[in-house]
Amino acid sequence: MSGNDFFGDLRDLYQEVILDHGRKPRNFRRLEDADCTSRGDNPMCGDRMELFLKMTADGHIADAAFQGRGCAVSMASASLMTETVKGKTPEEAQALGSAFRDLAMTGQCHSCAASLEDAMERLTPLSGVHEFPSRVKCATLAWHTLNAALAGAKEASSE
Amino acid sequence: MSFDVQRIRQDFPILSQPQHGKPLVFLDSGASAQKPRAVIEAMTRCMETAYANVHRGAYRLSEVATNAYEAARGAVARFINAPDVREVVFTRNSTEAINLVAHSWGRGVMRPDQAVLISELEHHANIVPWQMLRDERGNPLRVCRVTDSGELDMEDLAAKLADGKVGLVALAHMSNVLGTVTPVERVVAMAHAHGAKVLLDGSQAVVHRRVDVQAIGCDFYCFTGHKLYGPTGIGVLWGKLEHLDRMPPFLGGGDMIERVSFEKSTWAKPPARFEAGTPAIIEAVGLHAAIDYVNAIGMPAIEAHERALVDHAMRKLSDVPGLTLLGRAQDRGGVFAFALDNAHPHDLSTLLDRAGICIRAGRHCAEPLHTRFGLEQGTARASFGLYTTPEEVDYLAGALVKAREFFA
Repeated sequence: MSGNDFFGDLRDLYQEVILDHGRKPRNFRRLEDADCTSRGDNPMCGDRMELFLKMTADGHIADAAFQGRGCAVSMASASLMTETVKGKTPEEAQALGSAFRDLAMTGQCHSCAASLEDAMERLTPLSGVHEFPSRVKCATLAWHTLNAALAGAKEASSE
Repeated sequence: MSFDVQRIRQDFPILSQPQHGKPLVFLDSGASAQKPRAVIEAMTRCMETAYANVHRGAYRLSEVATNAYEAARGAVARFINAPDVREVVFTRNSTEAINLVAHSWGRGVMRPDQAVLISELEHHANIVPWQMLRDERGNPLRVCRVTDSGELDMEDLAAKLADGKVGLVALAHMSNVLGTVTPVERVVAMAHAHGAKVLLDGSQAVVHRRVDVQAIGCDFYCFTGHKLYGPTGIGVLWGKLEHLDRMPPFLGGGDMIERVSFEKSTWAKPPARFEAGTPAIIEAVGLHAAIDYVNAIGMPAIEAHERALVDHAMRKLSDVPGLTLLGRAQDRGGVFAFALDNAHPHDLSTLLDRAGICIRAGRHCAEPLHTRFGLEQGTARASFGLYTTPEEVDYLAGALVKAREFFA
């Protein structure tokens, strides 16, 4: 029996993109000259990350990076997030986060502006998490941390 | 009666409930065990034929319920070889039992300059109440180290008892993470030689081996019903009568008083003093049935089954590539915490669930212990019950190999 059959429909959650980003998270580094940073903490499961944002003069996100430890879902989500928020304004990034939380909880994107559609499509591989209520917070931790960073808060928790 | 695990499994209705279309392989009994039909039926029978509030009604049904509740106390006393049934206090769980001691012994009897000595392998339930006592009354909190193999560092224990300033040693009889069984008789002898009393958290131990509080010689012992195949909502604090007699109440209310006026109330004698309000009557009946169930199989037979299972699991899990076992104590029970090199415990738990396997992931209410071993991200934990089979251990080991390939 192959791993795929043995673990049933788990490929719905652990799509190749998730496994890849989980194994090799992108933008996994410190930004020494970051304008905003925040720590995200999931005390129940021990997931922890630090997010760094560099802003342009006109207020766009120039660069986003993170460091931390956690499960494949939380690492992949943070990795994909840093890729998708680059070039966005804080408002756009927050709107994306809000649409993503919808996606993680329901499996569908209800309220997505046309300008964010491309970014949402990149995040869609994480939609499978809605079938796993105990794991939704793994996927949303990065976005809670982003909100905190943009709001100037030093800490965020998805508990 | 010989130990027939397949027959025992038939006593547990839930074990025949498939999960995700696969047979249930329940390896989280250390968190809470499944219930045999005998417990389920005893509780139903109590509600259908013998239920009323206890200790107050002067009618037959209340007397029947009171007798059943007090019979449960007697069964607990015999189960742990308590010399006197009045030494058995029913609580909600072990956590409440420890809090009771922290409150009534810690605040009511101990002096604020007396230290409490715990260890690195404690469950949060045996850490936090003592921190609260320290913060409120000043009682210093000392922590005995654990060796790399996951055993109590007896030299460190001796050193931390040496100045005679420890009032209470509070220790797990068996670790819920490492499976380590602590040498409680030795600890008690050392503690008593330095004037310290001993509270043992037997939540894990009582399930896996015969506990005799008189042979151990401790002052307090607690355990919870739901890990012993009984219901949730009922636990036990055993304490020497001479100690319980000196302790003020924990909670105030009905049933725990002798006389009440608006000026002053006087306390009932133990155990009633510590059982304010209507107790968990149905749950006590369930716990009694669970103890009867375990006794009928026989603790020696359960121990022998588990020893064989532990040896088997040690071999099987050691053969899984990339697996690191947390703790390798000489004396251990059926609890195995481990890390798999490329799979996070939460991913692993989600994955194994789809194969019908229930394991726990996280820090198992023992965050300082995980920090001690440099595993802040937590571990996966498989824990056994008397219904666990070697075939289930094999299935787990095979699934772990597949999980590792999945994440490779």
